[in-house]
Amino acid sequence: MNFPDNLLYTKDHEWISIEGDTGTIGITDFAQGELGDIVFVDIPTKGKTLSAEAIFGTVEAVKTVSDLFLPVAGTVLEVNAGLEKSPESVNKDPYGAGWMVKVKLTDPSNHTGLISAAEYKQLIGV
Amino acid sequence: MAFETIQPLHMLTEEKEGLKHIALEETHQSLGAKMVPFAGYNMPLQYVGINAEHENVRNGVGVFDVSHMGEFIVRGPHALDLIQRVTSNDASKLTAGKAQYSCLPNTEGGIVDDLLVYCVDEHTFMLVVNASNIDKDWNWIASHNHQQAEMINISDRTSLLAIQGPKATATLQKLCTHDLASIPYYSFIKGSFAGVDNVIISNTGYTGAGGFEVYFDKEHSEKIWQSIFEAGQEFDIKPAGLGCRDTLRLEMGFCLYGNDINDTTSPIEAGLGWITKFTKDFVNASNLKEQKEKGTTRKLVGFEMVDKGIPRHDYELLDAHGIKIGIVTSGTMSPTLQKPIGMGYVSKELSAEGSEIFVSIRGNALKAKVVKIPFLKK
Repeated sequence: MNFPDNLLYTKDHEWISIEGDTGTIGITDFAQGELGDIVFVDIPTKGKTLSAEAIFGTVEAVKTVSDLFLPVAGTVLEVNAGLEKSPESVNKDPYGAGWMVKVKLTDPSNHTGLISAAEYKQLIGV
Repeated sequence: MAFETIQPLHMLTEEKEGLKHIALEETHQSLGAKMVPFAGYNMPLQYVGINAEHENVRNGVGVFDVSHMGEFIVRGPHALDLIQRVTSNDASKLTAGKAQYSCLPNTEGGIVDDLLVYCVDEHTFMLVVNASNIDKDWNWIASHNHQQAEMINISDRTSLLAIQGPKATATLQKLCTHDLASIPYYSFIKGSFAGVDNVIISNTGYTGAGGFEVYFDKEHSEKIWQSIFEAGQEFDIKPAGLGCRDTLRLEMGFCLYGNDINDTTSPIEAGLGWITKFTKDFVNASNLKEQKEKGTTRKLVGFEMVDKGIPRHDYELLDAHGIKIGIVTSGTMSPTLQKPIGMGYVSKELSAEGSEIFVSIRGNALKAKVVKIPFLKK
């Protein structure tokens, strides 16, 4: 399993890449492996401003439905349209083609609740 | 993200302590299976992925270990009387080597369990029941056993493998001399298989992909498993977990006890009228007969999504006005059809093919249409 050092993580198994005031968000390699074959990513929150830990969508595997939580407060700018046709990108490339949303951060300096790759690995026991 | 899978997985260390173990548990673990508690057993959910395993069964051959299933022998001069009394199908039509799908009606209009009834000979039957219902079924059947038919619970010493898919027959033919292609659907033989005696080889399954189910004493589990995989190597045989067993059966519209049928659903409204035979008397027959004649207020139907969304067990079904008309009993993204499908109970008025219904998914009423089952056409 791969957990790039340049990303930040949540204990709820999302990752976020922060550049300036924009964050790109997805789920971790561990998460996609636990979920198995992902068949649908449903994100109805484009344009909405949400608080940290708010539900921004759901990811569905063959047998399970899981809520997605926003790692930090922000406004959902863009949803990865590629996931509509190829939700399996989340399995194949969770940090690349499998990204889920881009968010304009409410407070780019506030990293409350975010952890490093090392801390995340410790959390999941790898 | 809130995982339905991760959290239980982390809790499993505690939950797993009370679990029962199938004979090949270590074999599955060594094959990389994700093991989950199912019906009180530690069972393989998947090995490489549900979609890949599903496709392998539809197009090649896969092996399910379903040794958690329960098996009861009922025998003696009154065995048939007892089976006729507790089951809905007409077991008197069975001859040695034939099996039938049936159910155990309760007295309140529901179903205790669905099951297979195997006729070994005139006075010997094997009932195959769902693992989660073994104790309930045993007690239920025993409570009707007034003429002292002999009942033996062989669940704990019996292994059951389902070898399913278009390459199943060619695989298994290497392991026995009996011509497997000559065994009709819902028929079985008992004989030598992979060098093991007294194996039941049954042309049955729960996938719609064709193939056989083999029952044998669990001490031979490793030998039979290995033999099947050697025989199937040229067909790229793979293990298949319970995850794809569910998607395969749902594409066929087969009922799953606990989802589509339960203690409160009648066999008539579940579309199981074809296994409910009023040629004989049985538990709750008169009420079920009345239902069959007068019709039921709700029916189990299959549906496909029109709007984007995946139906799931327990989601509400609505009419065009947003009024609740029923509940989803099973739902998934169909791996073969690549579209979301489901089954559920709806009011009779909206049960006809083509009816427009709505599934309540996260607060949105998403359009679906009633379709004929099986979803997967031959």
